[in-house]
Amino acid sequence: MQLEFKVMGGDFANAGYASSEIKKVLKQINIDPKIIKKVVVALYEAEVNICAHAYAGKVSVEITPEKISVEVSDKGPGIPDIELAMQEGFSTASPAVREMGFGAGMGLPNIKKNTDFLDIQSTVGKGTTLKFINYLT
Amino acid sequence: MSAEQFHHALKVNLEKCYGCTHCMSVCPTEAIRVREGKAIIYEHKCIDCGMCYRVCPVKAIEVEQDDFKSIFNYQRRVILYPSVLTGQFSPEISTLQIIAALKHLGFTDVFEVEHGADYLSQAMQEYMNKNSGNKPYISSFCPAIVRLIQVKFPSLVDNIIQFKPPLDIAAVYYRKRLIDEGVAPEQIGIFYLTPCAAKIAAVKSPVGEDHSSIDGVINLDFIYNRILKVIKSNPGIDTSGIQVPTLRHQSIRWALTNGEVDRFEGRCLAIDEVHNAIEFLEKLENDEIPPVDFIEIRACDESCPGGILNVENRFIAVDRIKKRAKAHKDYLSSNPTENPLMQYKTHLDENCNLKPVQPRSMLIIDKDTNKALSKLERVRELMCYLPGVDCGMCGTPSCRSLAEDIVQKVAKLSDCVFIRTKMQKEKTLGNNLSYEITKKIWGEKCMDKDCHRPGAKHNNHNAKED
Repeated sequence: MQLEFKVMGGDFANAGYASSEIKKVLKQINIDPKIIKKVVVALYEAEVNICAHAYAGKVSVEITPEKISVEVSDKGPGIPDIELAMQEGFSTASPAVREMGFGAGMGLPNIKKNTDFLDIQSTVGKGTTLKFINYLT
Repeated sequence: MSAEQFHHALKVNLEKCYGCTHCMSVCPTEAIRVREGKAIIYEHKCIDCGMCYRVCPVKAIEVEQDDFKSIFNYQRRVILYPSVLTGQFSPEISTLQIIAALKHLGFTDVFEVEHGADYLSQAMQEYMNKNSGNKPYISSFCPAIVRLIQVKFPSLVDNIIQFKPPLDIAAVYYRKRLIDEGVAPEQIGIFYLTPCAAKIAAVKSPVGEDHSSIDGVINLDFIYNRILKVIKSNPGIDTSGIQVPTLRHQSIRWALTNGEVDRFEGRCLAIDEVHNAIEFLEKLENDEIPPVDFIEIRACDESCPGGILNVENRFIAVDRIKKRAKAHKDYLSSNPTENPLMQYKTHLDENCNLKPVQPRSMLIIDKDTNKALSKLERVRELMCYLPGVDCGMCGTPSCRSLAEDIVQKVAKLSDCVFIRTKMQKEKTLGNNLSYEITKKIWGEKCMDKDCHRPGAKHNNHNAKED
């Protein structure tokens, strides 16, 4: 099954829509709640990342009985040093974003922690594409 | 898992039901369908919240109760009444008069449920301090919420605090106390005066315990008139031998919104009303809620005073209960009394734990993930054809639920009135067949003239009165 969602930069009010929809699907196809939780947390973090840093983005999800593959791509500033960005607590979020309770520097580490495979490709000044996979069994 | 395992207190009276859509559209778990002009409840989805009962225009949703006469099968007839009962009567009627009236009606022992909250508030705080179970802790108080979590939020079952609610604690205590007094166990009948349907279901098919400690349930609206009659016909009803309940004043407010939250340390939230609960639990499940220690959640707006079997307006009842709690505080400061239940702490510690609550997801479309995925693909395909207006004319609450019912082979695409109209225009469906489909969903009567329908010219009785 293929699903696609648009995410707008700065639109924190709607962050979580894609993860909620994916959660509904996974609940209906009898996936272990613990696995569902990991997927939902990872995807929500990715949505928030777009809201906090990028101008616009797209979430594409493919679900098979074996695994869920997620691609989150955005048009945005890109990540100059991915290794640094993967460290817990490192954040480039603006004070405005932090004031809203986001930007604690846990986004990417949290995605890493909750997925079975993670790949990040980024071009400074263009955008970032994040791919992750969770096995469903 | 078969539907027969779940006992429900809400039943549709097929004589009265005329197959409108009020209950179907308000049901928070989409558990209701209309077939042949009657509402049917999918037992595995129902959580006994009572929303359907509230909105039925002809009182066709009924709440079962035990025969009142059955109390006389026992020599010691104990009634456990909730504090919300005292909020039903005008302030001129005292708690003592209410207790006296209950005794007059045949009960030998009258005990306020919230005595159990004195014990429970301590036990829960200890449980949370020990960091048992998953955070945030969710109260086990409201049986409709426990059931909602089981069917719709199975990943949160381990967050439910494994303690029996005050009702069961009061029952466990009272039975033990009578046995200690030398009363034979078979002579003891413990009854609960319930303000809602969910508590009935909880007594008849408990979650997290093998059997309930309650022998029977009496509905609050049934007893209300009888109490009032006793008090009105005996204005000077003798209350001299009756003791003022000895529970703490905060426990009187336990069943009100914030009643639990006000008792605990840490970051606590109180949520009431079932749709609010669903919205919150969705977010909690997604980890979108900042860290919280404890969550009190009740299915009714304003918690138990909003239960469907209450007689008084919920806001008035809440105000009275708060005033009573305040007065009780003053009373206790000049008349210090011990809650006798607290002397049974050891017995309660041994008998008031709940087993882990088991999930019973209603959402799973097929246990086989492979089949489930292709069914879901099919649902999405069907949604391209259905209008998305959720009109309910197919006898299901939404286009989505129709699509799922079609995939599960309990409905057809032609059940949709829009699809049917189009098929008739394209001459792929005959007029007679179209009529038959409408009849199958709504029954024949809905197409006949009937001047006794609600709002029609000969509808001269108030449908809400029996």
